[in-house]
Amino acid sequence: MDTSIPHIDTAITPSTPVEEKRIWSLLADVYDPEVPILSIVDLGIVRKVEVPDDLNHWISITITPTYSGCPAMDVIAMNIRFSLLTNGYKKVHISTVLSPAWTTEWMSDAGKQKLKAYGIAPPNSQQSVCHPGAFQEDEAIQCPRCNSYHTTMISRFGSTACKALYKCLDCREPFDYFKCH
Amino acid sequence: MVPVTYTLHLADNALILGHRNSEWTGHGPILEQDIAISNIALDLVGQARNLYQYAAKTINENPSYFTKERWGEAEVTEDTLAYLREEREFKNCLLVEQPNGDWAQTILRQFFFSAFQYYFYQQLQNSSDTQLSAIAEKSLKETTYHLRWSSEWVIRLGDGTEESHRRMLKAIDQLWMYTGELFVPSPYEQQAFEQGFGVDVAGLKKPWTEKIQSIFEQATLTMPLNA
Repeated sequence: MDTSIPHIDTAITPSTPVEEKRIWSLLADVYDPEVPILSIVDLGIVRKVEVPDDLNHWISITITPTYSGCPAMDVIAMNIRFSLLTNGYKKVHISTVLSPAWTTEWMSDAGKQKLKAYGIAPPNSQQSVCHPGAFQEDEAIQCPRCNSYHTTMISRFGSTACKALYKCLDCREPFDYFKCH
Repeated sequence: MVPVTYTLHLADNALILGHRNSEWTGHGPILEQDIAISNIALDLVGQARNLYQYAAKTINENPSYFTKERWGEAEVTEDTLAYLREEREFKNCLLVEQPNGDWAQTILRQFFFSAFQYYFYQQLQNSSDTQLSAIAEKSLKETTYHLRWSSEWVIRLGDGTEESHRRMLKAIDQLWMYTGELFVPSPYEQQAFEQGFGVDVAGLKKPWTEKIQSIFEQATLTMPLNA
């Protein structure tokens, strides 16, 4: 894990030019179509925003997929374009990078809180899925409803590539876990 | 040399296995595992898309590489490569195209190939080609998860009931003969390795065999004698 990659929140500093800040705030209103309470900035999939001094030139936005096959990427790119277009930015170039590979460590704390409030357990900080060992013990996942750690995995895969399915053994509710990646 | 043939080989492996797995969608043995195998299919098709997009870009930038007689004047896209080639032009290994069979056969095929991809992508991360390296870095995380899931299923079925054990033995009989190909480089794989952008597949045989051996032991399954 390359921890030298800055968290996306730090991409905005007091010295960030006004126009770039405005674009970041527009991007913070573009949501993941599959987890509609998370913005693409919360998710950490916006990697770079480059704004030319002359706005008649191209604005460049770089995004990265959560998973190789994430079917939301095309919709996300379209929604970025649409949002910027309706706010007067006509020349927008959107490109995709694969490296460094997206990790749940780039998800903002605000994003994790929103996930939990929505009923999805946010990713634990430990990168437990990055090991291929069979049946190894995972770190306990906290139930997003009753906060119990007395939970068990139902399935390693859930409703989208980024989630696994769990069940709380105290409140008995099943829930999605946004798995570490 | 531009890595078009090599990239297509990797893309075809991912597409064909992804496609085979997707045949389970709506037909899985239980809902959770239907979703699991469909998710793995999605990851593999996603990896294939990244590879086809890169191959298409390389072809368009190097028009002499594939002649105009083959592709015409139109720009080549990922879809041209995935949908418009003849079946004999596909460069996938035979393992990935084997029929799904029963759940045991699907599981074992996934386990054999995920274990291969796991070691393969680790090496491909060091490719001198930055895009292949980036695709490897991205895909490795997904493959690691596939390896873990399929390992667990091999153990569960091998060390399960009499019937599940028998079905795993049958799957080994059916699939083992296709695993040798993974470690014998074709001329373009050999060239890719020598030029620094490809992986020495012969060198992956040892770690792969050890991985299979270790999971088979936990699954009370015996390695075929020619291993």
